[in-house]
Amino acid sequence: MAAGDKILLAHGGGGRLSDELIRSIILPAFKNDTLCRLTDSAEIQFGKDSICFTTDSYVVKPLFFNGGDIGRLAVCGTINDLAVSGAEPLALSLSLIIEEGLELEVLKKIIGSAAAAAKEENIPIVCGDTKVVEANSADKLFINTSGIGIKMPRAKLGFERIAVGDKIIITGTIGDHGMTIMSHREGMKFESNLKSDCASVAEICAKVIEALGDDIKFMRDPTRGGLAATLNEIVNQSNCGIEIHESSIPVNPTVKAAADMLGFDILDIANEGKVVIVVSPKKTEKCLEICQGCKTGKEAAIIGQVVQSDEPLVELETIIKGRRIVQMPYGRELPRIC
Amino acid sequence: MLERINRAYTQIARAQKVLGRTVNIMEVCGTHTVSIFRAGLRTTFPEGLKLLSGPGCPVCITDQGYIDAVLSLADRDDCLIATYGDMIRVPGRKGSLEQKTNKGNIKIILSAEDVLKLAKQNPAKKILFVAVGFETTAPATAVLANEAFRQGVKNLFIFSNHKLVVPAMEALLSEKNHRIDAFLCPGHVSVIIGSDAYKPVVERFEKPCVVAGFEPMQIIDAISEICRQLADRKPEVASLYRAAVTAAGNKTAQKIINETFDVSNGWWRGLGKIKKSTLKLKKKFSHLDAEKQLGIEFIPEEDLTGCCCGEVLCGLMDPPDCGLFATNCTPETPVGPCMVSSEGACAAWFKYTLKKGKVDGGRR
Repeated sequence: MAAGDKILLAHGGGGRLSDELIRSIILPAFKNDTLCRLTDSAEIQFGKDSICFTTDSYVVKPLFFNGGDIGRLAVCGTINDLAVSGAEPLALSLSLIIEEGLELEVLKKIIGSAAAAAKEENIPIVCGDTKVVEANSADKLFINTSGIGIKMPRAKLGFERIAVGDKIIITGTIGDHGMTIMSHREGMKFESNLKSDCASVAEICAKVIEALGDDIKFMRDPTRGGLAATLNEIVNQSNCGIEIHESSIPVNPTVKAAADMLGFDILDIANEGKVVIVVSPKKTEKCLEICQGCKTGKEAAIIGQVVQSDEPLVELETIIKGRRIVQMPYGRELPRIC
Repeated sequence: MLERINRAYTQIARAQKVLGRTVNIMEVCGTHTVSIFRAGLRTTFPEGLKLLSGPGCPVCITDQGYIDAVLSLADRDDCLIATYGDMIRVPGRKGSLEQKTNKGNIKIILSAEDVLKLAKQNPAKKILFVAVGFETTAPATAVLANEAFRQGVKNLFIFSNHKLVVPAMEALLSEKNHRIDAFLCPGHVSVIIGSDAYKPVVERFEKPCVVAGFEPMQIIDAISEICRQLADRKPEVASLYRAAVTAAGNKTAQKIINETFDVSNGWWRGLGKIKKSTLKLKKKFSHLDAEKQLGIEFIPEEDLTGCCCGEVLCGLMDPPDCGLFATNCTPETPVGPCMVSSEGACAAWFKYTLKKGKVDGGRR
């Protein structure tokens, strides 16, 4: 392991170190084709149907933040992993690891919020588990959710379907969730103006697949590692390059200001209610129109395209028409000193 | 926008003609370095303009010996180390703070204020504050020292290694083989010290000093202004960051710095010992002084073998010319500090220009 012989926080950051950990320790141990595809959810053939199956653990700090809480996040996050895989979510599990001493009121509020999020999407939480650990062996509350769904018949998604000329759409402003969490954590003053985008993207995903079928080549929700990580995953798996245009990327000005203040690249910052969609050029406008007609997609925009490239590279054309590379983030973003 | 870019082009061409060679401008601020790369500015400028990334990132200029001294305390069970985030990844001889976080005694803080809270929450621990940074973070450390003094806090210790920007600029220009024609002066630091602080540099060395904020267009304007001065052979101090920087600077901040610290000689990575460049706590604060109270010793270290951070910081070398760049030294496995800090020159070259193991787009 590159960074020493111990696990660092950066190994969980969704960047290069996470990737290395998965490839060097986890995949070799469990080796099978389904897992090794590293898709947002695993696809399992069951008779004529494809079942999609996914799981995710939530360890957000603070538990409550502007725009959501760990309960809503745990439900929406897993729904989103199913949705971007082209699946119609059927049911979720929800498991709790609770630190001794957590106030019952806090737990009630979070469970209520998870229930409300599931109800909004009309997806039942059908099983779960509860464990309590000694004080100081966990940070208040961790949640794991798993989900199953049925693959939509019209969904034909995959890295291998991405081709030069395809367009890249992002379904709204970037960095909102990550900067909201970070501003809470760092005790920054403008936190009230920042709001997490924590939401289900099931509506957008279902509608674009329903309307455009195999013209939708690939979808992924750019969570940890932000847009930069998702676009790098795409180029690494599809043997193409991607070019994006800074002036087209929707960003909330307060989010941008907060990121600048802490020295972060907004492209590296997490989202929790957005989708990156790779769509064929002839259906791009239609796809954009559908996104913009959805609850969470009003600010959707075409931000770039897949280009010919002899190496997997994401390039950004900046506002002043300069060019630079967008790399896979390292893992743990640290605020700068001054 | 286009008009301002064109104006910069004209001035760059004029300066180049007058100098009869490439114009070399050094930025002395890590945030400028990152803004320049992030906006792809280097790819928009003509040949004949070279931007050098100087000693403007607090992590990068911190001497190895200081890091080792902090690391020596990280293993002690009675200590809590409070540090700005950037510092935790810098490798010392025995690993980095990031690799020692498993003991739970490394706390990342965003402001010096948090250190006082830590001290109160952990009365049984000795809190060591890794006090680094330029004139930007020094006032906060000063406030912390004064508050701790006033409240009689007994378990807080400050390991001051705050640096002053102007002495470093003068040291660079005093080197025989430097290639600096002008300075793009830091934004945040200038808010504190004021743009007049650069007057001695202009008077003694006849080099333009222009302060700018961090918007790419303002940086372009500053480069334009620098080149105009070079072409007219009239070096002076100018500030384009008028929204935040005054000629005299922030008097309150300067006052508390002066009341809390003595200016002493200090070690800079790559630049060696620079006279009157480092802030150390005054005698009055001896009981808060980590060097005096915790028995730590700050022994300046030789630079790491093969690492060219020193040459990079002095503007004598671009990161890709270092033998370790992108081979042995990457953001995951940094050898030198310029690859560690997000604002370090090497990290910026790596992150924003590296293609197929070679740099591109950052005009050399």
